[in-house]
Amino acid sequence: MIHIKRLQEDGADVIAIIGEIDASSSIELDLAIAKSVGEGYVKILVDCSALEYISSAGLGVFMSYIDEFKDKKISMVLYGLSDKVANTFQILGLNELLHIAKDKSEAKAIINELQV
Amino acid sequence: MRAKAMIRLLFTMGAITWLGLVFTDISILFSTVNNIEPDIPTWLPKLLLNLFILSLFYYYKLKIERDEVLNFIDLLWRVFATGLIATVISLALRLVSYLLGNTKLTGHVVYIDLIYLINVGLMISFLTMAFTAWKRLILYQKSKWLLRFWSFFEYGLLISLLYNAFNFPYVESVYITLFVAFLIAGLVLSGNMKWVAYLNFRQKWTGLLLLLLTIFYLLYGFYTNSSYASTISSTSANFADYRYHIFIMSLIAFVTIYSIFSFLVILFNLPTTSVFEQKLEEVVNFQRISQSIQTEQSEESVYNILLETSVSTVFADAAWLEINTSEKKLYTYNITEKEARDIIEHLSHQPVRGILDQGTDKTRNLSKYLATLKSSRFRSILAFPIYVKNENIGMLALLKELPEGFNREMTKIVSAFSNQAGISIENFRLMEEALQNERYKEELKIAKTVQKSLLPEILERDEEFEIAAFSESADEVGGDYYDTLRISGEMVALIIADVSGKGTTAAFHMSQMKGIFHSLAQDCIEPSEFMARANQALVNCLERGSFISAIIFLINTKTKLIRYSRAGHCPVLYYKAASDTVEYFKDKGVALGMVRNSSYRNFMQTSEFAFAKGDVMVLYTDGITEAKNAKGEEFGYIRLSDILETAKKLSSREIQDHIISSLYQFSESESLDDDYTTMIVKFN
Repeated sequence: MIHIKRLQEDGADVIAIIGEIDASSSIELDLAIAKSVGEGYVKILVDCSALEYISSAGLGVFMSYIDEFKDKKISMVLYGLSDKVANTFQILGLNELLHIAKDKSEAKAIINELQV
Repeated sequence: MRAKAMIRLLFTMGAITWLGLVFTDISILFSTVNNIEPDIPTWLPKLLLNLFILSLFYYYKLKIERDEVLNFIDLLWRVFATGLIATVISLALRLVSYLLGNTKLTGHVVYIDLIYLINVGLMISFLTMAFTAWKRLILYQKSKWLLRFWSFFEYGLLISLLYNAFNFPYVESVYITLFVAFLIAGLVLSGNMKWVAYLNFRQKWTGLLLLLLTIFYLLYGFYTNSSYASTISSTSANFADYRYHIFIMSLIAFVTIYSIFSFLVILFNLPTTSVFEQKLEEVVNFQRISQSIQTEQSEESVYNILLETSVSTVFADAAWLEINTSEKKLYTYNITEKEARDIIEHLSHQPVRGILDQGTDKTRNLSKYLATLKSSRFRSILAFPIYVKNENIGMLALLKELPEGFNREMTKIVSAFSNQAGISIENFRLMEEALQNERYKEELKIAKTVQKSLLPEILERDEEFEIAAFSESADEVGGDYYDTLRISGEMVALIIADVSGKGTTAAFHMSQMKGIFHSLAQDCIEPSEFMARANQALVNCLERGSFISAIIFLINTKTKLIRYSRAGHCPVLYYKAASDTVEYFKDKGVALGMVRNSSYRNFMQTSEFAFAKGDVMVLYTDGITEAKNAKGEEFGYIRLSDILETAKKLSSREIQDHIISSLYQFSESESLDDDYTTMIVKFN
């Protein structure tokens, strides 16, 4: 069960993930990010405050964009991760590859810094 | 064989009784004419005549009634053929008489009687044949009552034979009563003409001709025989006069009546034949559509059959079928694609909502909108949507050059056709899906066996440590992997890995991991170097979004040092006996395949620790920590470390059993969603 909301704030695309991301719902996440990229956003914020669980397939979605973002100079910052979700990211080492912030304001600060 | 022998026997009996009849009848007649007391009883020819009739009756009964192959026209043909033979022989005899001229022989009563008896034999044969054939026709689609009535009629006729078999005195009132009774019964039975409806136009014409000739033969036979009979009776009454034979007379009446009725009914049915044929064709077409899916193997054939049958059923001049599934297609009949597109285009500009597109939810007669399209030769159009699982997948349009060319019946039947086509396509898709599922299941089975075969059956043993490992996969195959390898006398390599994703691809990547482990670990390289090279090898074959988490250990039993590197795998749970503490190792590392260039090296580190007697190292996959109970809670890291805390003193096997039983107890179910694997190393 997943619900994904997108809204724009200060030129950044905020993708809010509500629910759990497993193998089947990871496709929706992939689509949402692809859409954002397709619309030409270079600042993507992912609101994970309502993300309850993420499976390896969901992590794979974030991972699969790393190279593409680097090429297109797109920045993505995740914020509001619960301890459990953050731990999942950490174990896989994704925290080394992705930008993860505590909250929205911190995320915005990071993304503005990245996009200078 | 028995039936055949029976037929032959009856035929022979017929021949013998007829010969007997000829002999006795002539002899009696001769005696009577010459005023001599006949030495043969006068009832004998009558009895022989009845026996002859009976033989023929059962002869045809066996021959015709049992023959399942005969159709209606065949039956009529048989009757006609028998009549023809009878008439031809009779005419030939007439010719002989004519050629002989008016001699003493031809005028002699014995000669006339002989000719008469031959004619009677032929007529009886023809009548019984026709009677049997008519029986089959009358009893086509019989009801219980009809069958009873017929049996009553048939047995009544046979019993009436008794009346003529012996020398009962002729009583006119009895004779008339019986005859009238049989006549009425015959008339009532002649109302059964259901078979006529099943003849097609051609067959009806054939039937008419055959019946007309049959009636002619009947009249001819009747006329011939009565003229002979009256000639003989003018000389003597002592001969087998069929005119007083109730059975023969009733038979003549019945056969003639039914023949005339059939003739008339067929004649009057001729104009409506096409309607009946059309209805029959509709049924056949309907069946074609519903069965098409079993015989043909594609949706396309269903579309083609739908188009074809609809056109032929409503006599449309042209038609098209527009399919709006993933690949848009236009099937046309007698119309060019451009013409069809023009009409679709034209109609889309008309003030009617959603014509010929997915929006239309019911059959529409759009003819009035067509009137404004001057360039088109068509004046009537009817459109039908085709639904598969409540989704409109296309539109069938039928066209006629005539204005007002479609009626309500046509609309109904084609509507039924398009519905059936939708059902057929739905069935077809369901079947495809089922097949796909079956294939998928089969694939999973293969993957599961592959996966099992990749795990080692025997693990390395050493005086310094003992290892227990366990792996169980859920219904879906995962890619959990563990292995051990002795590099040298003092060096042993361990690995645990988890491939993201499931199914065959996961099992395939797992086998790659095994290959990488066995080739790279052999060289006793640094663990971080191992991971860097493994990543290099894997990035090219791991699809986007897939990765492998792993930990590799190099155990040196001599120095009692372990060097390891963790690539995104679940952290090592370690019990240190010296300090009596249980903790998860904190270190960094990114899963294999996540960074697809040489910078991966930068994310990896090699850690080192010393082991001592009593230490326990627990390796596991996320299937264990992420196992959920009914409340949705995860098993988690704390429960796992708590178990180690309580079981730390046990052997590696016992610790493993402890973990697994706790896991099942926690999840309260027999099956788990994910694969789970543990590898427990206890140091001695």
